[in-house]
Amino acid sequence: MKAIGYYPGCSLHGGGRELDMSLRAVAAVAGVELREMDDWNCCGATAAHVLNHDLAVALPYRVLALAEAQGMAEVLAPCAACFSRLKGTAVRLARSADLAARMRGITGLEYRGPVAVKNVVEFTNRLLADGLAGRLTSPLTGLKVAAYYGCLLSRGEDIVEGEDAENPSGMTAAIRAAGAEPVEWNYATECCGGGFSLSMTEAVVDLSEAILADARAAGADAIVTGCPMCHSNLDMRQLSIQARGRGPYAMPVVYLTELVGLAAGLAPKGLGLDRHFIDALGLAERT
Amino acid sequence: MEVAECYQCGKCTAGCPMARWMDLAPNQVMRLVQVGDEAAADELLRCGAIWACAGCLTCTQRCPKELDPAAVMDALREMAYERGTVPAGRKRILAFHKAFLAVVERTGRMQEVPLTALYKLASGDLVSDLSLAPRMLARGKLPLIPRRIRGRREVKRLFAACRKVGRGGGEGRR
Repeated sequence: MKAIGYYPGCSLHGGGRELDMSLRAVAAVAGVELREMDDWNCCGATAAHVLNHDLAVALPYRVLALAEAQGMAEVLAPCAACFSRLKGTAVRLARSADLAARMRGITGLEYRGPVAVKNVVEFTNRLLADGLAGRLTSPLTGLKVAAYYGCLLSRGEDIVEGEDAENPSGMTAAIRAAGAEPVEWNYATECCGGGFSLSMTEAVVDLSEAILADARAAGADAIVTGCPMCHSNLDMRQLSIQARGRGPYAMPVVYLTELVGLAAGLAPKGLGLDRHFIDALGLAERT
Repeated sequence: MEVAECYQCGKCTAGCPMARWMDLAPNQVMRLVQVGDEAAADELLRCGAIWACAGCLTCTQRCPKELDPAAVMDALREMAYERGTVPAGRKRILAFHKAFLAVVERTGRMQEVPLTALYKLASGDLVSDLSLAPRMLARGKLPLIPRRIRGRREVKRLFAACRKVGRGGGEGRR
């Protein structure tokens, strides 16, 4: 793999920018070019599928059509929600000519397919298998981490491929390659409350706290995630949990690519580790 | 999907992370869809439960009859939205989704600042989390300059077409 189409998604320009930074840095070490799609739009995330079922498919359809027009057979969608929407749409379009015709009518764009959509776990594993593993010369020896998949890196039939939805293991190889140790825990696929951070904050606080508490009980030094929404809920909302007199957990929450980047000896700031709400820079001293 | 096949095992409710914030449990929602008369429809479209669904897919993943309760929730929300039967206690959730789509319709992408501003105005929830804003700014997580895409006219047309097509067919559903 020399290059891959890149759909950062909206979060990676804002709240989830550490995922973008660390992904680019790790890809550069592996010698893989991330070719950002030109003029991509939002996938619609949760809001579209809640309020308009056509819009929930039409927005990702435009992205897939653009990818195809720009010669990308494969697109990396690192945000778990974007991945789920884009891949879910690609899968359904491949199954239903009626749906494809309907979307052609709505968008005025042509998409023949297939465009393969990859998530951050799949992409990281591929980089490791293609030689990146040999370049992880600063192992995080002794660091115990809880691999957190949340909803959209574990569930969605025919969307998340090759994973046991109840017991996913896709991050294990990357964590071990980084020299860290995955802990056994119970909340790897529990929901953090997702997009309710603003509109149902109490639910997000409760659900995220349960995840943090279980990670701590399992002896984890940090939680590893691949989703900017989960990251924001587990990292930033730790402040809200503390403000309610609960915790404190002081649990660093890092992206899988940040962990791998540290093990590659990259500077923590270049990976975005100084941008978290709960201090994660201490992890760099574990290499 | 044949909702009639639901035999009320309750697995959807047992695994639902949001069930404790729901006035109808997911299996009760499925049961009312089966009943399907006017009173059941009324109860479903006025309940808060469908809005508290986070779309985590745990129910769909575990259903022994391979039904898709998460998609049922989506369909019911869309109907409740169209009929204007969203309960007062869940209007904030609708306000958030609407603000999100309004920003995407205008610019082609989600943008944190206008989304939060629109949501706060619509929900009246002006004060919560204000202390987070400067901290997000300091971390480069709150871009102030909106990133408008060139194809935003195309995106606007796409929104208009989806509104026009409305509820036909249902094949667009997840």
